[in-house]
Amino acid sequence: MFMVLSVQDLCIARSGQVLMTDVNFELAAGQALIFKGPNGLGKTTFLRVISGLQPALSGKIHAKEDSFAYTAHADGVKPSLTVAENLQFWADIFDNQNIDTALSAFGLNDLKSRFAGLLSAGQKRRLCLARMLISNRPVWVLDEPSVSLDTASVTQLEEVIKQHLQNGGAALIVTHGHLDLGPSCKTVNLGEYKSNRAVYGDGAEAFL
Amino acid sequence: MRAVLLRDLRLAMRVGGGFGLAIMFFLIVAVLVALGVGPDVALLSDISSGILWVIALLACLLSLDRIFSLDYEDGTLDHLVIAPLPLESVVLAKATAHWLTTGLPLGLVSPLVGLMLGLPAEGYLWLVLSLALGTPALSVIGTFGAALTLGLKRGGLLLSVLILPLYVPTLIFGAEVARRGSIGIELQTPLWMLLGLSFGVVAILPFASAAVLRINLR
Repeated sequence: MFMVLSVQDLCIARSGQVLMTDVNFELAAGQALIFKGPNGLGKTTFLRVISGLQPALSGKIHAKEDSFAYTAHADGVKPSLTVAENLQFWADIFDNQNIDTALSAFGLNDLKSRFAGLLSAGQKRRLCLARMLISNRPVWVLDEPSVSLDTASVTQLEEVIKQHLQNGGAALIVTHGHLDLGPSCKTVNLGEYKSNRAVYGDGAEAFL
Repeated sequence: MRAVLLRDLRLAMRVGGGFGLAIMFFLIVAVLVALGVGPDVALLSDISSGILWVIALLACLLSLDRIFSLDYEDGTLDHLVIAPLPLESVVLAKATAHWLTTGLPLGLVSPLVGLMLGLPAEGYLWLVLSLALGTPALSVIGTFGAALTLGLKRGGLLLSVLILPLYVPTLIFGAEVARRGSIGIELQTPLWMLLGLSFGVVAILPFASAAVLRINLR
């Protein structure tokens, strides 16, 4: 199987504290991994390290350049732009002119010309998730994607992710809720890699 | 890069975007100076070019902390870092948007303010020219400061303290061009110095700002 991501002996740290050590996994095209773990374990830091937003303390992350599309807790939605303008901006950035597919995938067609500041939390979340479709990136990194989504929207999200996997994409998901993504999805308990030791030496990365 | 520039301009024009704030500030402070100095036209006319430059500098400072902080708070900056365009060009686009919404309008209304402060007739062209050449440097240096103070709560004050000293060379040569222009003496040297400063800053600082952003975003 074609591996889109391989992580070897990854060790991550934040504020001088090692959070996780010796994380090893591989992600194949068409596969999704759901990560579970208690609050404060470092799941968000873990996803940021994988996406390349933050350096790892040690270990290797193999992936093609520009593989990742990342969705965080913050929606990254501009309240004074309309829904369509928000998406169009990212479409221009990612050089992808088709925002209609993304809009309809998350049921945003009727809200197209509404200012994003007037959207509800769940609608903003859907707008933020629609950016994933626009990015055309193979690996979706989703940090708590289903927060503030209603049942119907969670189903929509599941459908979109399944479709992405079928098209040869892959996904890394951190969630406390339940996402039904079918047989191509495995759950990983990040708690197994937990570490509490302080960082030795002068690795500046640890104090970020 | 064009997309970032256009989006920033559009955001500036929309509600709460702050477009026009710098010009209003510029106009109001100029009026305050005129009122404070009093009716001595000769004195006002002597100091007008320097005063205008100092006010332009302060007006520029007003909107600096918005350059990155809004995008940082709502998470947009993280997405821009992962996006397929170099962070250096994001920085340059944002500096350009800042200049188009502050420096350029300031230059355009400066003759009006000059009139109010009794700027001599020969000075107008040089005042506008010095602002046109100098304000891009103010925006680019300011963008660097905004990158440095990213993520600090109430970093606006620190930003001013960090940035104002860096504005000194631009102020010296910019105000000197305007002053010499207004009394009609040779101004080649400060003019070329001002131009050189602006080009140098625009060429180098976006790289420094992008590097600082990468560190601050970790």
